[in-house]
Amino acid sequence: MSADAYAVKATAGWRRYLRWNTDHKVIGVQYLVTTFVFFFIGGLLAMLVRSELARPGTDILAGQQFNRVVTNHGSLMIFLWIIPVFAGFANFMLPLMIGARDMAFPRLNAASYWTFLAGGVVMVASFFVGAAETGWTAYVPLSIRAPDGQTVWAVSVIIIGASSTMGGINFITTTLTMRAEGMSFWRLPLFVWSMLATSLLVVIATPVLTASLILVALDRLVGTAFFDVAAGGSPILFQNLFWFYSHPAVYIMILPGMGIISEIFPVFSRKPIFGYKMIALSSMAIAVLGMTVWGHHMFSSGMDPRYRVPYMVTSMIIAVPTGVKIFSWLATIWDGKLRFTTAMLFALGFISMFLIGGITGIFLASIPFDIHVHDTYFVVAHLHFVLFGGSVSAAYAGLYYWFPKITGRMLDENFGKGHFILNFIGANLTYLPMFLAGALGMPRRVADYAPEFARLNQLATLGAAILGVSSVPMLYNIVVSWVKGPVAEANPWQARTLEWQTSSPPQDQNFDVPPVITHDPYDYGVAGPAADRPQSASAAAD
Amino acid sequence: MEHAMATHEDHFRAGKLLGLDHRKLGMWLFIASEVMFFGGLIAAFLTFKLGTPSTDSALLNVAQVGVNTFVLLTSSFTVVLALSAIRAGDQRGLRAFLGLTILLGAAFLSGQAFEFASLYREGLTLTSGVFGSSFFTLTGFHGLHVFIGVVWALRNLIKAMRGGYRAETSIGIELFGLYWHFVDIVWIVLFTIIYLI
Repeated sequence: MSADAYAVKATAGWRRYLRWNTDHKVIGVQYLVTTFVFFFIGGLLAMLVRSELARPGTDILAGQQFNRVVTNHGSLMIFLWIIPVFAGFANFMLPLMIGARDMAFPRLNAASYWTFLAGGVVMVASFFVGAAETGWTAYVPLSIRAPDGQTVWAVSVIIIGASSTMGGINFITTTLTMRAEGMSFWRLPLFVWSMLATSLLVVIATPVLTASLILVALDRLVGTAFFDVAAGGSPILFQNLFWFYSHPAVYIMILPGMGIISEIFPVFSRKPIFGYKMIALSSMAIAVLGMTVWGHHMFSSGMDPRYRVPYMVTSMIIAVPTGVKIFSWLATIWDGKLRFTTAMLFALGFISMFLIGGITGIFLASIPFDIHVHDTYFVVAHLHFVLFGGSVSAAYAGLYYWFPKITGRMLDENFGKGHFILNFIGANLTYLPMFLAGALGMPRRVADYAPEFARLNQLATLGAAILGVSSVPMLYNIVVSWVKGPVAEANPWQARTLEWQTSSPPQDQNFDVPPVITHDPYDYGVAGPAADRPQSASAAAD
Repeated sequence: MEHAMATHEDHFRAGKLLGLDHRKLGMWLFIASEVMFFGGLIAAFLTFKLGTPSTDSALLNVAQVGVNTFVLLTSSFTVVLALSAIRAGDQRGLRAFLGLTILLGAAFLSGQAFEFASLYREGLTLTSGVFGSSFFTLTGFHGLHVFIGVVWALRNLIKAMRGGYRAETSIGIELFGLYWHFVDIVWIVLFTIIYLI
């Protein structure tokens, strides 16, 4: 069918995005738009933090205000932006990529979105009753004694966790039971593999966070003694429960990004992905190993020192499957016919920045080094290279790659490249000086600092300002292109995976004819009859 | 050829290429997440039981709770009988065994309420110390799961009264059964670590 037939429907039906709707594509857009809104709120909070830290002394935010802004910056970015934005992409793309007409549980899917929105609104509403101020980690006993906003915050995270678990169950079930004929496991696109690994982590780890926050809420509201040291309570228990979820959460935040990158490199290199099976299996390996490393957050918490070395070893082993992926991506672009689209630029930016974040992660896994830089800006720099340089770059790459499929309109490449350049310069300028400040001993989560750190902090604040500015061309591009950008073809990037073998945006039920999968997803540029052919025979026959 | 196309279309609609029912898989995944939720609470309980042993545990009445445990385990048996009844097309059997399951579940909850009340009278409460906190939280969340199960069974019973299940459409009973067995197995673990060891 022609793209015109859908252009009418896509513009006519915007109200469906404001209502209960069980179509995975509608839910995907709901997730994506909502998460971008939370991203901008979280970004504004980051701007406040960097403004305060622009020079020594407390000028804008005093101690408690600063703590609240830092806490909610972290919480919004993790729980309301990075984790759910990938759920948004997966909601839209995963059923298309496996040749299904929808998710396995469409109503559960809608419930998961509206639960997420409710949790997000509760978290933002906590600003007005005295926001949480313990950092996103909500360590006890601080989080037991903080004002009421802390309870609202804990409740919001429990609600968002429920939404996340519903989504995880749905993604796994969809991947296992809804694949089209011929879509064997070794033909699954790597984004689907990464979502499978992510969802397993979500289902296994999230309930433990829920349990830990229920105990915090009980201590606060009922007066139980779980974390009350005077009554025999155990703060270390909280740290164990919290990190049992929150370290795997790092992989929940990075694995889908790695999946998106794995989609983009072969398309814009016109080469088969290098090491398909190794990339798929390394996602699974990261998911499994990722469950065994949480103690490395607690080297300086008074845990039994005998546990330290095992946690150090498992943490360092994670670098192996991660390295497998990075080398596979490099081998994929090696000698390829590269097209430097905005999506490809963000994917390349992902590799370079994520590599810095990943390698400093190995530094931090090392016990003596970790004890030296624990709770300094070195950790802040590391986690922002992973989560901003890595996850956010991947989300941007996914945005530029899939926007034509989602909206039926092309984004402007010049604005996109401008966004990329500002983003890349801004990110490195913001976070690289933090490594130095941290190594020199600047503590994190404090509104003030010693004068000798002034120069490094000025650089970081300048970088943050550039990051803030970089969102302007992106926002403008999204809004203008969505309204009146050039109409997208079904397959503007000449990709082989199934989401591109249907109209943009895809019709109801996704495909005219249920696809039959006859090929691997990434056989680009190979000689012979399979050359540049889509994954599905029936779609090719259209 | 016509026939082959139709079957293929059916697969697309029903999405059952693996022969794996998505509702059952979803239920198993939900149970996996529930295992981890209880795992967190059990970890908290064991931290205090092993780390700071309390004399409060002597207040527990093992014999009385043992009877309650037997009641709950029997209800797992009646759910199996309910499922096997409807699979044989026996509507009366389904209603009878669902009703029995509800009664047994309610009896367990009453027993638990009785136990909680007598412990409170003896001074063991949610706020009396780490043993009380972790004991009531863990067993309370289990009781909440039994309560949800009883409500679910009531809803299934109402549907069964209206003839809503047939031999080939008994998945609703099966899904409830999976949940109910899970709740029972959790109780076996809790009974062992709280009351027996």
